[in-house]
Amino acid sequence: MTDFLDTLTAAAPRLWEATLVTLQLSVGGAAVAFVVAVLLGLASLSGVALVRGTSRVVVEFFRGTSLVVQLFWLFFVLPQLGVDLPSMTTGILALGLNYGAYGSEVVRGSINAVPKGQWETTVALSMSPVTTMRRVIWPQAWALMLPGLNNLLIMLIKGSALAGFIFLQDLTFVTDQLRRTTDTFVAFGIGMVIYYLIALGASGVLRWLERRAQRRLGLAPPTRRERIRQNAETARLQGTGAVGAPAGGGAAGAPTGGGAP
Amino acid sequence: MIRFEDVVKKFGDTTVLEGLSFAVERGERVTLIGPSGSGKTTILRLLMTLEHLTDGFIYVDGDPLTHELRGGKRVERRPKDVTRIRRRIGMVFQQFNLFPNMTVIDNITEAPVHVLGQSREEARQRAHALLDQVGLKHRAGAHPMELSGGQQQRVAIARALAMDPEVLLLDEVTSALDPELVNDVLEVLREVARTTDITMLIVTHEMQFARDVSNRVLMFDHGHILEEAAPDVMFTSPEHERTRQFLQAIL
Ligand SMILES: Nc1ncnc2c1ncn2[C@@H]1O[C@H](COP(=O)(O)OP(=O)(O)OP(=O)(O)O)[C@@H](O)[C@H]1O
Ligand SMILES: [Mg+2]
Repeated sequence: MTDFLDTLTAAAPRLWEATLVTLQLSVGGAAVAFVVAVLLGLASLSGVALVRGTSRVVVEFFRGTSLVVQLFWLFFVLPQLGVDLPSMTTGILALGLNYGAYGSEVVRGSINAVPKGQWETTVALSMSPVTTMRRVIWPQAWALMLPGLNNLLIMLIKGSALAGFIFLQDLTFVTDQLRRTTDTFVAFGIGMVIYYLIALGASGVLRWLERRAQRRLGLAPPTRRERIRQNAETARLQGTGAVGAPAGGGAAGAPTGGGAP
Repeated sequence: MIRFEDVVKKFGDTTVLEGLSFAVERGERVTLIGPSGSGKTTILRLLMTLEHLTDGFIYVDGDPLTHELRGGKRVERRPKDVTRIRRRIGMVFQQFNLFPNMTVIDNITEAPVHVLGQSREEARQRAHALLDQVGLKHRAGAHPMELSGGQQQRVAIARALAMDPEVLLLDEVTSALDPELVNDVLEVLREVARTTDITMLIVTHEMQFARDVSNRVLMFDHGHILEEAAPDVMFTSPEHERTRQFLQAIL
C-alpha cells in the first residue's frame, strides 16, 4: 500500500501534465468537431446540390479513413507541403475533423427529426430560411442532438489516446511509461480512473445542456429559478408589476428584476 | 382575391387535381367540403405554397403566386415575388404547430418582428390585444405544452392574425380537439369573421359553423367541384345525390 502511494506521489506531476494534455485535446477537439459538425450538417441539408454533394463527400472521406491515418497525414505530410503545425494543433484538428464528420450526421438527423409541421408553419408565416433555422428549427433540433453529441464526445476523449502517435505525452502515453517503471495493474488502474472522471465530467456537462434544452421546449419541468423568472415575465406582460407567485412563494423577492420597465 | 386557373396537382402518378378553376372574392368566406381524399387540403396547401403546383396558375389579387406566363411560356416566379405575395396569406393547421421553444407571446410576436420588421414593443402590444381577443390574455408567458389543445389552437389563430393576412386558410382546425374544446375555437373564428373582412377558405366538418360564417360552400369530389351553393341551400337541398349522401354521413 505504501508502495502504491509512493508510486503515485512520484508520478503525480507527470500524470497531471498528461491529464492536461488529454483535456486540451478533448476540449479543443470537441470545439473544432462541433463547428465542423454544424457546418457539414447544415450543408448536407442545403437546397444547393453542389453544397450537399460536397458535404457528403467530405463526411464520407473522414468517416471512411481511419483517425490514425488522418493524424499521420496531418503530422507528416502537411509539413512537406509547407504547413508546419504544432503537435497539439495537429491532434486537435484531426480529432475535430474526424468526429465532426460523425457529428454532422447527428446534426442532420436531429434537424430532420423536427416535425414537418414546424417547417410548414414557418412557411405560412413567411419566415426567411435563416430566421426559420435560427429561431425555430435549431432550438428544437438542439435538444434532440445532445444525446448523440454526448456519445461522440466520450468517443472523442477516448480517441484522443492516439495522440501518442504524434509524440504528444497524453494520458495514455504517460500511463504506458508508468507501466514500464512500476506496476501494470497500478498504472493502468490510475489511467482508467482519470479517463473515467474526464468522461464523467464531459458527459455531465452535456446532460445538463440537454435538460436545459428540454425545459425550454417544455418537455421537462422548469427549475425553481426559471419558474421565478417566468412568473416575473408574466407579471411584467400583464403590467401588474408584482408577482402573484402561484408557485415558490418564498421566492417572491424575485420580481425586482422583472418590475423594471 | 383568389383565382385558381386550370390547376393540376399530381403526387407522383396520382392526379389529385385535374384542371381545377374557381375564384374567391375579396372578403368572401368559402367552405370546402367533400369526402376524404377529394383534394381539399391540397388546395389550401397549394395556396400556402406548401406544395408544388404541377400545372396551371394561382392568382392572388391578380398577381400570379408561384408560376406566371412570360413570353407565352409558363415559368416559376422568383422566390422573392413568391414570398411577397405569400405574406398576404395566413394559415391555421389542424395540429396547431405552435413553436415549443417559445412562450405563447413569443409565438405570436416572432414573425411580426422578424418578417414584418415591427418593433418588439409594437408586436407585443398587438399580441396582447390578440390574446385578449382569443380569451388567453392570462397565458401570455406560458409554454405551449402547458396549454390544452383548444388553447393552443386559439394561440395559433392569434399568431396567424398577427401577420395581418388578407386571406386566412383554415384546414380542419378543430378536428384534433376533444369535443368539449371545439366550441371555444369556433367562437373565436366566428368573432374573427364578424369583426374583420379577411377572406377565408375553410375546410371543416362543423356544418353549423360553416353555415354561420360562410357565404358559399363548394362540394368537392375527386378534385372537381361537384356543386356550389349558399350554405343553407347546400345543407338543405343539394342538387346531387352524391352531396346528399356525403352530408348525411357527416351530420
Ligand atoms: N404528400 C402526398 N403524397 C402523395 N399523395 C398525397 C399527398 N398528399 C395528399 N395526397 C393524396 O391526394 C389526395 C387528396 O388529398 P387531400 O389531403 O387533399 O384530401 P382531403 O380532401 O383534404 O381529405 P381529408 O378530408 O381526408 O383531409 C388523396 O388521395 C391523398 O392520398
Ligand atoms: Mg384534409
